[in-house]
Amino acid sequence: MRTPTLRTGWAILVFALVLLPLPLLIKSEFWLTWVTLALFYAYLGQAWNLLGGYGGQFSFGHALFFGTGAYCTAVLQIHFGINAWAGFVLAAVAAGIVGAATGWLVFRYGLRGSYFALVTLAFAEVFRILANTFAFTGAGVGLLVPLQPGAWQMQFESKAGFFWLLLILVVACLLFTWWLQNARFGARLMAVRENEDAARALGVDPFNTKLLAIIASGAIAGSAGAVYVQLFLYIDPGIAYGPSMSVEALLVPIIGGLGTVFGPVLGAFALHTIAEIGRLVFGEAPGLNLVLYGVLLVLMVLFLPNGLFGLGRFGFGLRRRLQRKGGANA
Amino acid sequence: MLEFSILLPAILNGLTIGAIYALIALGLTLIYGVLHIINFAHGSLLMLALYGVFFLHSLFGIDPYLALPVAAAALFGIGYGLQRFIIGRASHGKDENILLVTLGLSVIIENLALYLWRSDTRTIETPYSFEVLDFGVAFIPVPKAVAFVGALLVAALLWLLMTRTDLGRAIRALAKERQGAKLVGINAEHIFAMSFGIGCACLGIAACLLLPSFYVSPQVGHAFVLVAFTVVVLGGMGSFVGALLGGLIIGVTESLGGLFLGESLGQLGIFLIFIIVLLFRPTGLLGQKA
Repeated sequence: MRTPTLRTGWAILVFALVLLPLPLLIKSEFWLTWVTLALFYAYLGQAWNLLGGYGGQFSFGHALFFGTGAYCTAVLQIHFGINAWAGFVLAAVAAGIVGAATGWLVFRYGLRGSYFALVTLAFAEVFRILANTFAFTGAGVGLLVPLQPGAWQMQFESKAGFFWLLLILVVACLLFTWWLQNARFGARLMAVRENEDAARALGVDPFNTKLLAIIASGAIAGSAGAVYVQLFLYIDPGIAYGPSMSVEALLVPIIGGLGTVFGPVLGAFALHTIAEIGRLVFGEAPGLNLVLYGVLLVLMVLFLPNGLFGLGRFGFGLRRRLQRKGGANA
Repeated sequence: MLEFSILLPAILNGLTIGAIYALIALGLTLIYGVLHIINFAHGSLLMLALYGVFFLHSLFGIDPYLALPVAAAALFGIGYGLQRFIIGRASHGKDENILLVTLGLSVIIENLALYLWRSDTRTIETPYSFEVLDFGVAFIPVPKAVAFVGALLVAALLWLLMTRTDLGRAIRALAKERQGAKLVGINAEHIFAMSFGIGCACLGIAACLLLPSFYVSPQVGHAFVLVAFTVVVLGGMGSFVGALLGGLIIGVTESLGGLFLGESLGQLGIFLIFIIVLLFRPTGLLGQKA
């Protein structure tokens, strides 16, 4: 294995320790919200990275899972009075089931590449139309989650609560992907990504491997939806199943670095820094932040297909090569 | 039982919109057939063309049908440039990258339109907007009839181009055997860009045929892009006759679905066809085995 494994573990520890006391240090509500949102998108990106980065299955409709999780917890809370934390778990389960159903249908018929992207997009669109139609999802008006402040309902008094919740989730995901990189399942998943036929020839079952990946990815994205609902207390079909969430979910790991442990985190912070600068320069105008995202996506693929981490790895490899050269000379 | 007099107009109406779907899908299938990529920006480019035709009409009073050569040429140029200078350079040997770039382009175009022209729905009025043709059993608005005939004509022209000209032969050669085509001296970069350009020119023509009986808004691409994908998938990726047939089938399905289930749920019929075909017959009705 090429990756220096222990170093990643230390990096995760340092990341967690540095961010942990942040809410005590940052007094400005604006910046705390900003960091919290960056963590939220990092979490969503981590979900996508699992399937897209490690599994090589590019989903263009991850909003499908996000929205399912969001609606699941909102509907349970509003119509059945179910606790938000229970809703959080059920949202992950529901999105995991949607992931299983989608994956079972899609992978069974061997749809790959652009077909997979298309089907996920179409599924998200179907769900958007359905959410737009039925009364229990609030149709086009959306759902307002009643305000019930308190950690018991996952509606923390201050943003710090959300910050810590998301930090725990992001670190859990970091640990999970770290484990994945060294686990047999991860090796199988990456083998499928590199060459599905070769992987099958070596005894890997691509169907099961991809199915597990899409279930895990869906469940994580669904739990992100549950957190989103408590954070904003509102959900409608456009937010839940619209293209904007799907684009952010894939943009974050692509900017950071596909199939890397820290890629989504790096990408989320980079993306939101750029988005913030964009807002300062162009002002608050509908559509402009998404234009910026689109430009970023095109530029990244054109010039930095391995993401910001590719840049780092390039520098690192150069240094190592220079060192080796120096060693040979000595 | 259902009245025949309700059913027949719905079917005729579906056929006219289906011909437009077919035209849009022809562009998509041409690009897919040669480049083996799905152009996610297809819907946004159509939207751009619709705005172009709209502004030609509202600012300069140019009739949409007269704007046809301009729109086709402009879209051809845009498509050629996009493929030559952006999409073609982004692959780095991986098809996924092209997918991402076209997605990025569609996000840019769509949201730029949203920023520039807001989300208002705009329509134009022409002297023939409200004229109808009487077919005895049903009335068909003139713009829709023109769109139907025009779309079929363009499809025929495209077929001639692909089968009778050197350019068509080069495109087909590249689609079949990339390496071999390059070896016999076909300039692959140029032909790829030509295919992309022609695919986009179809959108320019579709926009001119569509606008007199339709509307334009920044989100209008959405309505067409998944429909066009469905048509292409249903007909078979890369198949011309398939795209035509698929377009007509989808048009009628949508029209009947709207009649029975209402506008919003009627759209679901299209997506269901899309998903079912992808799952059970990904090669489509007339496509070749991948």
